[in-house]
Amino acid sequence: MISIFGVPGPLLFGQLSLGLINGAFYALLSLGLAVIFGMLNIINFAHGALFMLGAFASWMLLVPNTWLAMISPGLSVPDWLSLGYWPALVVAPVLVGAFGLLLERTVIRRLYKLDHLYGLLLTFGMALIIEGLARNAFGSSGMPYRTPDALQGPVNLGFMFMPKYRLWVLLAAGGMCLLTWFLIERTQLGARLRAATENPDLVQAFGVNVPRMISLTYAGGVALAAFAGVLAAPIYSVNPNMGSNFIITVFAVVVIGGMGSILGSIVTGFGLGIVEGLTKVFYPQASATVIFVVMVIVLLARPAGLFGKAA
Amino acid sequence: MPMSRRGLLGSAAAALPILGARRGGAQPGSVLRIGVLTDLSGPYQDVSGPLAVGAAQLAAEDFGAGAKGFKVEILQADHQNKADIGAGIARQWFDRDGVDIIVEVANSAVALAVGGVARDKNKVYINSGAATSDLTAAACNANTVHWAYDTYMLAKSTGGATVKAGGDTWFFVTADYAFGQALQRDVTGFVTEAGGKVIGSVKYPFPGTTDFSSLLLQAQASGAKVLGIANAGADTVNTIKQAHEFGITARMKLAGLLVFLSDVHSMGLPVAQGLVLTNSFYWDLNDRTRAFAERLRPKSPSRRPTMVQAGTYSSVLHYLKVASAMGVPQAKQDGAATVAQLKAMPTEDDAFGPGKIRVDGRKIHPSYLWEVKTPAESRGPWDYYKPLGSTPADQAFRPLDKGGCALAGT
Repeated sequence: MISIFGVPGPLLFGQLSLGLINGAFYALLSLGLAVIFGMLNIINFAHGALFMLGAFASWMLLVPNTWLAMISPGLSVPDWLSLGYWPALVVAPVLVGAFGLLLERTVIRRLYKLDHLYGLLLTFGMALIIEGLARNAFGSSGMPYRTPDALQGPVNLGFMFMPKYRLWVLLAAGGMCLLTWFLIERTQLGARLRAATENPDLVQAFGVNVPRMISLTYAGGVALAAFAGVLAAPIYSVNPNMGSNFIITVFAVVVIGGMGSILGSIVTGFGLGIVEGLTKVFYPQASATVIFVVMVIVLLARPAGLFGKAA
Repeated sequence: MPMSRRGLLGSAAAALPILGARRGGAQPGSVLRIGVLTDLSGPYQDVSGPLAVGAAQLAAEDFGAGAKGFKVEILQADHQNKADIGAGIARQWFDRDGVDIIVEVANSAVALAVGGVARDKNKVYINSGAATSDLTAAACNANTVHWAYDTYMLAKSTGGATVKAGGDTWFFVTADYAFGQALQRDVTGFVTEAGGKVIGSVKYPFPGTTDFSSLLLQAQASGAKVLGIANAGADTVNTIKQAHEFGITARMKLAGLLVFLSDVHSMGLPVAQGLVLTNSFYWDLNDRTRAFAERLRPKSPSRRPTMVQAGTYSSVLHYLKVASAMGVPQAKQDGAATVAQLKAMPTEDDAFGPGKIRVDGRKIHPSYLWEVKTPAESRGPWDYYKPLGSTPADQAFRPLDKGGCALAGT
């Protein structure tokens, strides 16, 4: 059996694949942040809370009668309204995206002309409110969510037994990242979006409804977070604080990748997942710190981030 | 002129101290003020939180102070799991708001900080929420009582019993801070004493870790028979959920070293089944505990009490009995003297049955070892535990002479 720095090969490969899967979550979340920052110039601190809402939405769709009873005893809906994992994968992001649209239309819109800091404060406050309301309604210890039957059990990869669900996460998150990248970098819609970022007035003069485009971009970024939330529900505890554990790391990913860079956030997300996975083998105590060490080094060498353009 | 937003904020801020002062200004007379200092908005909200406040209220109702000629007021505050905030509230309560006793205080760091404040102000402090056994060891004092459980009790019951059941090789997944390390240290002591061996451990950064799969794979690769889970709350839920996902449960026995009823509820039985854990209270233990849980039900219809919330009930009830017996003015006057009386009178209530408080402040009662039921065995919501065994009251906690508490004369 091969061994690298005293760690058996199979264990190391296992850790690398797990790192890649965690990286998929980082990539998906930081992608949403990058899209929103790129188009709206808003540092969306509510992203973690919206990720949490995605997970909660899938739980609420699964067991509508359980939470209705928690909110008001006696309320109930017919059983056929209960949606499993697969429909939730589409419905939850749409619902949370619509909620994002509402937020953008009502409050975030008012801050576009102001300094970044205002957007940061507003979205941070929104995150606290959303998480607080969720804690009040559902408590802090979280809700159970079962892995869908089709994805139960492991696959033998040769060096480890990988749960099927984790491979699905890698596939789904990777696919979604590619799709988003393609949409923004390779389609006409994406070209308009990018043009609107550079010069909104000019693009509007060409007859494009820029405010609507910006609203939908925010909703799209939020839907990406909610999609990650649904993917996370079967493996992480579905609790109101689940987003705040991720958000700091994800911000580091966005900064390392270069603020607003789509490709940067995807590549950095996966890359840092792997770096973190390896740290968990060699020195687990540092696994939370290592990302920030990388951030410091990158910012010293390239202040605009790995893929960012200097301002 | 309509008030500007800033003006409104300013006047609201100005009004706050007035509101506070009004409460503090009320003359005490024969009113006992009980402050429930707890986590109302964070990870331990379900373990303690609002239902612990409800449990304290129930104790006051069950005791019926009105008929005995004095009033009981229950105050509540959120320590936000920060030691400085907890200690600040405790000081304010004691100095300004006329609070006589602080109860609950989940979170070991806050618990230790509040212990110091209660001693300095000579008030009463009964902790039923924190795990650290230091409260009755190095950090013990004449004003502090530790009620429901501690790390030593958990380690002895779960650690000792698991080794006896054949789980003689252990691997720990440990939260890298004071609580996790203390728990691992205490359990390691019992495992080696019972003839078992600790093969390895992995410490992860707390807070901020959500994915435990890497750590679980290392545990599996070690070949140990038992996975010791030395963490709490959402971390425990995540660890067990992912151990299940990776099929670790088929090869290793999971030992949850601090698992509350609310955690099991959150995991769901399909994931939690088979988990071995120690709790000193379970609502379905006997007729008296069921009666207590039923009385508490109106406070929170969708939840059943944890051992922390039951401990809050039990401790407040005992305090009220003692305060009533020694006279309310005397009980308000001298915290240390009141605690001495708490220790002198045996405890008796529906949640924990008969018990007593040792000279070092440790409340003594049996501890129970439980296994989480399978979904087929469970008769409905909150029917989660089946009994595996128990440790009698006189053996459940650290012997008096082993803690190094000055009050124990060691």
